[in-house]
Parts: sequence; structure tokens; C-alpha cells
Amino acid sequence: MSIEVRNITKSFGSFTALKDVSLRVPSGELVALLGPSGSGKTSLLRIIAGLDRPDAGSVLFEGEDTTRRDVRQRRVGFVFQHYALFRQMSVFENVAFGLRVRPRRQRPAETEIRSRVGRLLQLVQLDWLGDRLPSQLSGGQRQRVALARALAVEPKVLLLDEPFGSLDAKVRQELRRWLRRLHDEIHVTSVFVTHDQEEALEVADRVVVMNQGRVEQVGSPQEVFDRPATPFVMSFLGTVNMFKGRVESGKALLGSLTFDYPEHPQAEAREAAGYARPHEIEVGRDDADNGGLWATLQGVNAAGSLVKLELRTGDGPIQVHLPRDRYEALAPRIGEPLYVRPTRVRVFMEGEPEAAVSPAAVAPPALGGDPLSAFPVSRVPVSAERSA
Amino acid sequence: MQPVLSSKAAAPTERGALTEPAPVRWALIGVALGFLSLFLLVPLAAVFTQAFEKGVSAYLSAVREPDAWSAIRLTLLTAGIAVPLNLFFGVAASWCIAKFEFPGKNALLSLIDLPFAISPVISGVIFVLLFGRTGLLGPWLAGHGVKIVFAVPGVVLATIFVTFPFVARELIPLMQAAGSEEEEAARVLGAGGWRIFWKVTLPNIKWALLYGVILCNARAMGEFGAVSVVSGHVRGLTNTLPLHVEILYNEYNFQAAFAVASLLTLLALVTLVAKSLVEWRGARQLAAGEAVLQGGDAR
Repeated sequence: MSIEVRNITKSFGSFTALKDVSLRVPSGELVALLGPSGSGKTSLLRIIAGLDRPDAGSVLFEGEDTTRRDVRQRRVGFVFQHYALFRQMSVFENVAFGLRVRPRRQRPAETEIRSRVGRLLQLVQLDWLGDRLPSQLSGGQRQRVALARALAVEPKVLLLDEPFGSLDAKVRQELRRWLRRLHDEIHVTSVFVTHDQEEALEVADRVVVMNQGRVEQVGSPQEVFDRPATPFVMSFLGTVNMFKGRVESGKALLGSLTFDYPEHPQAEAREAAGYARPHEIEVGRDDADNGGLWATLQGVNAAGSLVKLELRTGDGPIQVHLPRDRYEALAPRIGEPLYVRPTRVRVFMEGEPEAAVSPAAVAPPALGGDPLSAFPVSRVPVSAERSA
Repeated sequence: MQPVLSSKAAAPTERGALTEPAPVRWALIGVALGFLSLFLLVPLAAVFTQAFEKGVSAYLSAVREPDAWSAIRLTLLTAGIAVPLNLFFGVAASWCIAKFEFPGKNALLSLIDLPFAISPVISGVIFVLLFGRTGLLGPWLAGHGVKIVFAVPGVVLATIFVTFPFVARELIPLMQAAGSEEEEAARVLGAGGWRIFWKVTLPNIKWALLYGVILCNARAMGEFGAVSVVSGHVRGLTNTLPLHVEILYNEYNFQAAFAVASLLTLLALVTLVAKSLVEWRGARQLAAGEAVLQGGDAR
């Protein structure tokens, strides 16, 4: 069943949690609401569920307005961040609860309840724990019970609030892959909230990036990662290096880096910043190609599939991720000056959010052997800053 | 569950950095025990020795005497009305306060504490000023033939007022800490308000509720100040057990006074045992869950 959210606004006292948010979730998709805490993602999920009422705007299920419909009639499955299992009931009774509270006429017979709960517990691989109390389960097991309980009422929509938020890293990884497989099996329209970009990019069909009560971008994981619509999306989805500067006459002048920027052909200069991810920066020992800047190697972290270099220019640190073989071939020493060249920079003008919505991803003209040779280097001192 | 774990950790014989040397420990324990016996155990023993001073038959006749018997009945009636009412009120108030946000919430919280904050005698006087013959509603009540002050209704009202906070005070912190996620989960699953209360909320608060009821009952039966002001001390009619003890004592009938007092003392002892039993059950339930959980994690 598709979900549509139209112009939702919600405030709690003086705090505005959602500002005119609109969103469409096609039937059968698994969508992630991604954002930092306070970005309104949980408020939006609770409004879709019917646990909170929006101040303005409407929620439509399959085109039908459900804004005024009580949460009990919405037929949603909701998995709470801290599971909210019924402490005094066994795992079995937790899962059976949604069936047992149905009005007598719609309530399945006891044998039917038993077999359905049994099947669900099998689905979440917990059929051997039916008699336990929730307090006797590990975090990952509780999470799966919560999911089975939500699925027991055959929801038309499944909503999950930070489903893996309170689990340790390993269980988290396992469970999110498992959730992805489960979704591929049962295909119920699902929305989950997370602040973990890796989780959103790995599990979801589509990612909705939220910030300060607004939707910043909606797209497939690859879209939001490769073509971020705003500086916020760029920096929230991973480490970035920021190069401050200005745009004028169709050029972006970011310190010693210069790029074409056809989005701003006017002669009037505007402040702007360019962003490059750590893996989009090359490191070498000579500046024959130009288009880069000199930086001193400050630290190396070689634990992981990528080697993480921390470099410093006169204006701030630069993070670079190198493949292991490239790092071993280069074999840089701490304190050594190295020449860094961004291979891909996305430029955003500042102070005008509307302009930033259309992304200006500037790729170098030739990504082959000599990526930056076409870029002239200005003599303005470089100003490079890292933003987390 | 934190205290359970820490007491386990402190149990080993080796001395931790925070353990005092033996003499200090024994001195502290001695002081505590001495204090306890002087102020609690000696008076307790005194009550029973005095009560049985003239033998068992004198004790029984003092307790069976008609005025004493009517005091017992009135005390039971008062508690029988006050405790269920305050149970209902306490659950309703803590439900409101813990699960909903509304203006005036803090005012309601303070109001619930009011009976704790003012002297019981003052609460009694308030009822006299309200319902007494010259009081605010007195003439109107008298005109309709309703007698509240110096009659049974006054005793019941004063008791309800004084025991008002006990159940609510036990439940509010517990329900606030538990939050309303479980109730929300039940709602999403389609459960109605009553069902949620009986199946989800009540099982979570039952021990605290019982604890509050026990304390409320003990106070309802033992209340002296407020009841003393409104009762009028009419023998055989408006005397509760504590008032009856006072009357007997003032008449220098010490043996009878202590015999009746021993009934209240017994009630206190029963309350104490019930209270520790409830606490123990509640704690054990928590600990059982924790223990199995730890076993489960080790797997």
C-alpha cells in the first residue's frame, strides 16, 4: 500500500519538528528516513502511524485520507526504538496480542492464533523461545519479537523507529541484512527511521534525508550518495573535505582550485564551497599536473580496507582514503609534503538554499590518466577545511 | 536492579577500598541497633506487657467490650471506604500524570501532596469549618438533615483526605519511569483503553499498587489527628480505634488502653510483614528476569 504525506507541519511547544513536509512512498518499497537527531524523522514516522496528529497537512494510504483515522484503525505495524515489548507477557503472548484484542467476530480461533504466532516466530527464527519473558532475551532477540508482533496483525504498512539503534555493531549488521531479506520476502511497504547513513544506504530502496524538519533530498542510495542535493546531504552521508571560495562568471574559485561552474554565469561574485569525499582525492609527490595543493602528512590509519590519511594545509586538515595497494606503492612518511588533487568536487553556492537544491556536481573533464591537467591553478592561498 | 548487582559485588570477603575497619563497622552497627531497640523494640514490648498485665481474660474483655467493638467496626468501615476510593483515585491520577501532557500538571502533583504537607489536625479543622454547624455549608446541610461533622461521614471524609496521596505517590514515579511506549504499542495493535489498562498497564504496576494500598490502609486505620477533630468522640458511635485508646488512657484505664492499642500494633506488624513480602516478590521478579538474561547472554 502506498503512503503519501502532504504538507505536514508539526510543532511541540515552540519547537517546530516538521515544516511543510511532503513525501511519497510507493507500494512495496523499503524507505529510510535518515537524519540527525532533532531532524523530525521520528515525528514524521509517528504521524504516519497515527500516534501523533499533525498541526497541518494530511496522510494518505493508497490515496485515501487517513489523517483523522485513529491509530487502531490504520492497520500499521510499528516497531518501537526500545521494542516496547509487554514485560509481563511471554514472547508468544506478545506476538499473539494483536490477534487476541480483535473484536470477537474478527478474532481468529485459538488454534488459528497458535499456528499463526508459531509461523511468525519461525519467520523471525525464535520459535524455540515462545515461553520466555522479554527480559530473558538478548537485544537482537527482543528486536525480532517486536517485529513478529508488528507483523502478526498483517499490517498494510510497516513502520520502524531506529530499529537497530540500541544493538551492538555486529548484531546490527546481521539484523539489517536479515530485515532486507525479510522485506524482499513479504514486500510490505516499510518505512524505517535511522541516524546511521551506512544503515540507510545499505538497507533501503530509497533514502529520504531530513534536516531541521525538512526533507533535503529523496533518492536511491546511490543518488543521494553520488549526487547530493545540498551541502547538508553531502556532509551527512560521510566524511567530506570542504574547500571554501567563491563563484563568478561561470567559474568556481576555491583557493588554488578552479572549476567550471556554468550555473552561475553572472560576473557578480558569490560565496561558495566545494566538497570532495576522502576517496575522491589523489595523493602524489609531484605537482606537474597542477590542479591541486600541497599538504603535509600528519597521520596514517592503516586498519581497514582503505588506508586513511590525515593531511594538513595552512588552513586545515584534509582527509584522504587510499586503496591499500596505492598506499603501499606510494609509501609516504609522516611529516612528508604531498601533493593532493581532488578528482571530483561538488560546488554549492552559499546563502541561497533554492540554488543549492539543483546540484552542481563538477567532474573533471578527463578522468583518465591526467584528471586535473585542464584546471588552471590560481595563486590565491588555498583555504581548505574539513567538515565531519 | 542496580542495588542487587552492587550488593552481590560487595559480598566477597576481601575488603574493598570503601569498606571501613572492623571496629568502626561494629560501632556503627551497635549505635544503629541500640537506637532501634530504644525507640522501637522497647515501646513495642511495653505495649504488649501492659496489655497482658492483668492476664489474658482481662485483655479479652477489654477488646470485647461494646465500645471497643464498635470502635473496631468503625475503623474497619472507614478503611473499607477510604482505601478503595483512594485506590481508584490514585490509579486515575497517576495515569493522567504519567501518560498525558496537560496544562496544570504540576499543580495537580502539588495538590496530591497537600495532605502530606499540612498537619492532620488542620485537615480536621478544615472539615469542621466547611461542614460544622457554623461552617460554610453547615446551615444548608443542617436544613437538609445531613450531619457530617461529629458523625461517621466526617470520620470517613477526614480519613479519605489524609490517606489521599499514598497510592498515587507510589504509582506516579513508577509509571513515569515506564513511559507510555507499551501502551502505544498496544494501541497500534488495536487494543482499546480498558484492554490496555488491564492487560498492559496493571500487570506492570501491580506490586507498587499493592504496596500503596497497604500503606494507605495502615494510615486509614491508624489516623488520629484529623479524625479526632471531626469525630466528636461519641462513644460507641464516632470513635475509631486510636480515639478509643485515647479515651481509655485519659480515664486511667491503662490496661484496657494498651489492650486496644495492641490491636493497632498488631495491624502495624502485619502491615510490615505484608509490605516486605510485596517488596521481596517485586524484587525477586526483577532479579529472576535479570538472572536468566545474563545466562542467555553467556550462551
